[in-house]
Amino acid sequence: MVKPTRVTNAIRAHREEAGMTQADLARRIGVTRQTLNAIEQGKYSPTLELAFQLARVFGVALEELFHYPDAPEGQA
Amino acid sequence: MVYHERTAWSALLSTVLGVSVYVVLLLAAAGGGPVVAVDWWPLMLAAIGGSIALSILLSVVWGVIAGRRDRDEATVSDLRDRDIARMGGRVEHAFLVIAGLGVIVLCAVRADVFWIANMMFAGFAVSSVVGGLARVIAYRRGLV
Repeated sequence: MVKPTRVTNAIRAHREEAGMTQADLARRIGVTRQTLNAIEQGKYSPTLELAFQLARVFGVALEELFHYPDAPEGQA
Repeated sequence: MVYHERTAWSALLSTVLGVSVYVVLLLAAAGGGPVVAVDWWPLMLAAIGGSIALSILLSVVWGVIAGRRDRDEATVSDLRDRDIARMGGRVEHAFLVIAGLGVIVLCAVRADVFWIANMMFAGFAVSSVVGGLARVIAYRRGLV
């Protein structure tokens, strides 16, 4: 069983704020619309390179776009 | 639906159909008698060849229809397709290894060549079906 990712993202909010469609953004970063949709919904973890590309499109820092919850004591 | 997802669905559907047709034809040819006595290899080759041909045909026809709706989706693939293909390949590999071990065991006990060939055929079929299922589930439910 694959452990679900705890990483969440704000891609959709940034995309809508920028007035872009999924197809527009997908074309900008060189993936299919379906892949971008899967990333937005947390169903696919993008590579680090793709994450940086996304952050660059919106002109924000990586941590503004992707969030990882604080771990409980003793866990990474 | 992206190109590689359509290909995964096409391969899955054609494999299931090919194996089903093979089993039905084999049992019909046996006519209630022992299946070992059936001239199995023309049926098996026809099932394998038919499955491959059907898979290609489905993929092409589906691709043409999808291309009319969205030209970009007809052929484009990306990192997610590569990751899902790798995961599906790993699943397939496991079942092929099991089938290979089964073939070795059957050879060791000097089983009829019918069972040896069908063990390998079953290995191909199961690995293809399970690998195909893993791929389409990853496309639908996600891969993280």
